[in-house]
Amino acid sequence: MNQQLLVPSRGRRLDANLPEPSLAEPSEPSLAEPPRLYAEPTSRSRALGLRILVPLLLLLAWAVGSASGAIADNVLASPAEVARTGQRLIASGVLWHHLSLSLGRAALGLLVGGGLGLVLGTLAGLSKLAENLLDPTVQMVRAVPFLALVPLFIVWFGIGETSKILLIAAAAAKPMYLNAFGGARSVDKKLVEMARVFGLSRFSQVTELFLPAALPSLMVGLRLATSMSLIALIAVEVINTSRGIGFLMLQAQEFFKTGILVVCIVLYALFGLGTDLMVRVLERVFIPWRTQGRS
Amino acid sequence: MTAAVSVRSARKRYGERFVLDQFDLEIDPGEFVALLGKSGSGKTTLLRVLSGLEQLTEGQALVPSPCTVVFQEPRLIESKRVLENVGLGLPATPENLEAARRALVEVELESHVDAWPTTLSGGEAQRVSLARALLREPKLLLLDEPFAALDALTRLKMQALVARLCARHRPAVLLVTHDVDEAILLADRVLVLAEGRVALTRSIELPRPRSRGGAAVDELRQALLAALGVHE
Repeated sequence: MNQQLLVPSRGRRLDANLPEPSLAEPSEPSLAEPPRLYAEPTSRSRALGLRILVPLLLLLAWAVGSASGAIADNVLASPAEVARTGQRLIASGVLWHHLSLSLGRAALGLLVGGGLGLVLGTLAGLSKLAENLLDPTVQMVRAVPFLALVPLFIVWFGIGETSKILLIAAAAAKPMYLNAFGGARSVDKKLVEMARVFGLSRFSQVTELFLPAALPSLMVGLRLATSMSLIALIAVEVINTSRGIGFLMLQAQEFFKTGILVVCIVLYALFGLGTDLMVRVLERVFIPWRTQGRS
Repeated sequence: MTAAVSVRSARKRYGERFVLDQFDLEIDPGEFVALLGKSGSGKTTLLRVLSGLEQLTEGQALVPSPCTVVFQEPRLIESKRVLENVGLGLPATPENLEAARRALVEVELESHVDAWPTTLSGGEAQRVSLARALLREPKLLLLDEPFAALDALTRLKMQALVARLCARHRPAVLLVTHDVDEAILLADRVLVLAEGRVALTRSIELPRPRSRGGAAVDELRQALLAALGVHE
């Protein structure tokens, strides 16, 4: 009898411990979590369940609220209505019609502004001359919220595409400049001395030491610049457009089409997730010494 | 035989203070010189002058080329794999890569050729930095407290490794250290630096490989410690 009691209880304890080894081998030891005050051991599947619990509850409350009439349709469309609206917008090609232009604007603005910020920030970080020449001006311009530029840019560049893309560029340039500047200056002075002792030319020091050391900062800059360009995209597209996600939203707002509004908001969230994913991939490709362990 | 290193009447001033003051030093080719001194005695300044990172205020310092350094920290470039760190600054020709590989074999790290520096232990990283310094077959090797940051056991192994490799490659060596026993173990000649000048010079003619104890070693240790102001 005793033995029969003991064996299953042991078996259960083993079962309870089983998921732990999977926790003991995180894929990236270099990105290990900092210690927590409350770190109850949880299995991966349980952690995943906990993570989606709150969003699921919110979705459920939304569905129940809509079905019971507690949430009126012109305040917030039901989840099913949002899904139907999304489907219809995709099937009719309306979504792509607006989305393609919006993505093009954001990408072009990011390219122009991010590129400018990257070049100027790197130059200012590498050379004292460039820093003295550029940095005070950039710091002054930096203090201006880009939204304040909207009227001026419209006066200068009209209400067409040019002013929109330049506004997005202005928003994206700032974080890129700051992070490129900081990144290019983040090199350990001791490493620079080592490079001098081992006879590296100025050019080799830049390419082999300064730029690789700046890459993690540049990635942060890229992340911030993309999110800034999305914010700027929203801002410029609700001003005077006839095409784009912002225009779609503006139109839906006028007619209380909350389904379309939610679809557009979800779309912006997907943009954000997409850029995040993109930067992660770039980090893996360009900064393998930070993202890989021993090879 | 002309000296590998020749420093004559060297003075280096920082503000009001002379960190090196009428300092003279000659090191013969293949000679291993250890430099002891308290903090602020001018050791680091001398090393920075010899490695070309600082200019003398007065006097002259003649240094052979190539001259390489092993620093207290490994100073590896994080974005380069171990092999590229060893061959740093040399064109990536097949011969140079092969030489870098051989240098890694000498420091017993041939299995880490493709590793990233951040995955190495402190001792391994310091051996990579030693391989980098030896690859160029330096006529002068400067060792700037290269064992100070290592744990005691790793330090003993590294000291033996440096002794072996210097005996094989025969560069002129200047080792800056705080560790009297280390100086006695490795050097042909020990200098004690105080207030910017040589306060004591002792040649060490003990046979190699040296043991870490014995009457001769004890006598040397006491003399050197006394010159450093420590009386046992």
